Amino acid sequence: MERVEAFEVLAPGILTTLQDLGRFGYGQFGVPPAGALDPFSYQIANLLVKNIGNEACLEITLTGLKLRSLGECLIAITGGDLSPTLNGDSLKMWNTHLLIEGDVITFRRVRSGCRAYLSVSGGFAVERIMGSYSTYLSGKFGGLEGRALKKGDILYRFNHSYPLDRVGLGVPEDWIPQFDREATLRVILGPQEDHFTEKGLQTFFSSSYEVTPQSNRMGIRLRGPVVERRPDVEESIISEGFLPGAIQIPGDGNPILILNELVTGGYTKIATVIFVDLPKAAQLKPGDRVRFLPISIEEAHFLLKEQEQRLSDFKKRSE
Amino acid sequence: MGLYPEAIFRWVGDRGLLLEFGDRISQEINEKVRRMALAIQKESIEGIIETIPTYRSLLVIYHPLILPIEELKKRLRKIEKHLQEFPLPEPRLTRIPVLYGGAYGPDLEFVARYHQISPEEVIRLHCSQPYLIYMIGFMPGFPYMGELPEALVTPRLKTPRLSVPKGSVAIAQRQTGIYSIESPGGWQVIGRTPVELFDPNRTPPSFLRMGDLVEFYPISEEEYLNWDKKDGKGGGL
Repeated sequence: MERVEAFEVLAPGILTTLQDLGRFGYGQFGVPPAGALDPFSYQIANLLVKNIGNEACLEITLTGLKLRSLGECLIAITGGDLSPTLNGDSLKMWNTHLLIEGDVITFRRVRSGCRAYLSVSGGFAVERIMGSYSTYLSGKFGGLEGRALKKGDILYRFNHSYPLDRVGLGVPEDWIPQFDREATLRVILGPQEDHFTEKGLQTFFSSSYEVTPQSNRMGIRLRGPVVERRPDVEESIISEGFLPGAIQIPGDGNPILILNELVTGGYTKIATVIFVDLPKAAQLKPGDRVRFLPISIEEAHFLLKEQEQRLSDFKKRSE
Repeated sequence: MGLYPEAIFRWVGDRGLLLEFGDRISQEINEKVRRMALAIQKESIEGIIETIPTYRSLLVIYHPLILPIEELKKRLRKIEKHLQEFPLPEPRLTRIPVLYGGAYGPDLEFVARYHQISPEEVIRLHCSQPYLIYMIGFMPGFPYMGELPEALVTPRLKTPRLSVPKGSVAIAQRQTGIYSIESPGGWQVIGRTPVELFDPNRTPPSFLRMGDLVEFYPISEEEYLNWDKKDGKGGGL
């Protein structure tokens, strides 16, 4: 498909990468999925501008990104509220906007959450590597040359027409997730819950943990009451696969919440965050607090079904 | 205990099921992991997104709305019952050239001192036998191989390095591995290979495969520097 210039990067911000839903089928070769850490906000951003497939969006972290539009295009911004502005005026999130050449989009400061998603009609045009547009930073591939955006980059989009009646389209108010500074993440216990004492499990589920500045796309180091381990089991296990949302307890007892960019490891995992709560995990930033709540697998699957239903209804409505 | 009579199922969130086949690193357990991964692949079950085989377990990632969890468990148990009939491919032997010691293998001297042998003896022992690739993981294309000769079993570094160069050949406990990309790491680095172990644009992207065998052989600095990386798809010399 034809590519057209979409944006010039005037300032890259703290960390801005191109992401889609991730790379699947390559975990057996040690390749993690990568992809949008908040897949819900990512999908809504795409649907708003009528990107039906799994198109590349920008994942914007905290603050500082500044883009200049190089042509007419339709965009939407979802996810954490990083105070986006259009030519200096506040820009409504979870809505579509028509940009013209010379328009400047700036992300000024964090109001809530940690990561925003910017979609453009047609999707950002980069090569698919192993079936995905996602940037895998440690692997240095995917997205734009396997790296974060830098000043002076020109971003292209696939040239794809869109109906003008989509300008100003939004999502129902009650759909917009609230990212509070104190989050509760629902988890499924395991796979190594039996490595911790009864007291350790109780500590983990009754405490509030602080998000430390040692946080990135791989994971979040938490600080709080130490989770007690059974004295008769080893600190590490034989390396095994895990999924985004895994909560590792290393030797020092301070939990690490895995977000992405890792696929196997030898730390014990007390629990894993359920899929529909991964967006809340992705929107945590240093200083925020988090609690964990165990639920049953049946409940998790029911919640997933509810969310998929909403997304498919929204897809139908906006076709 | 070793190999369990049947796999233990463990929860990995709401989209993953971990099949644990045994409680240690052993060829027998690892072989069962490989058989199970291949058998699942062959069945091409709708709703299984991918599987991640490791030393002694297999992570099955599934879509619970396409494949309900009880159905998944039933299917997996059925496959496991017939695993003995499932053939494994013949292992391929790959020879990997290594420039040992110096700036390329900064921990060779330590490993030698630790075992009270000469650096040359460490190299000889490291090259003395083929190793089984138990899994690819930790980073794209990193092979976990074993078992090292008893006389080379060495603990990890006390403080991991923030950056280990791509191609570094390293040992830790009974394992040996190759850093396929630059990354932080805590293994004892004894040498470096010019062979590219991972290329995102190649199919499959990983040069080495779980279940295959690797044998190391020493090369000189001149050979290392002149190694044609484009054609250097493994030794075979």
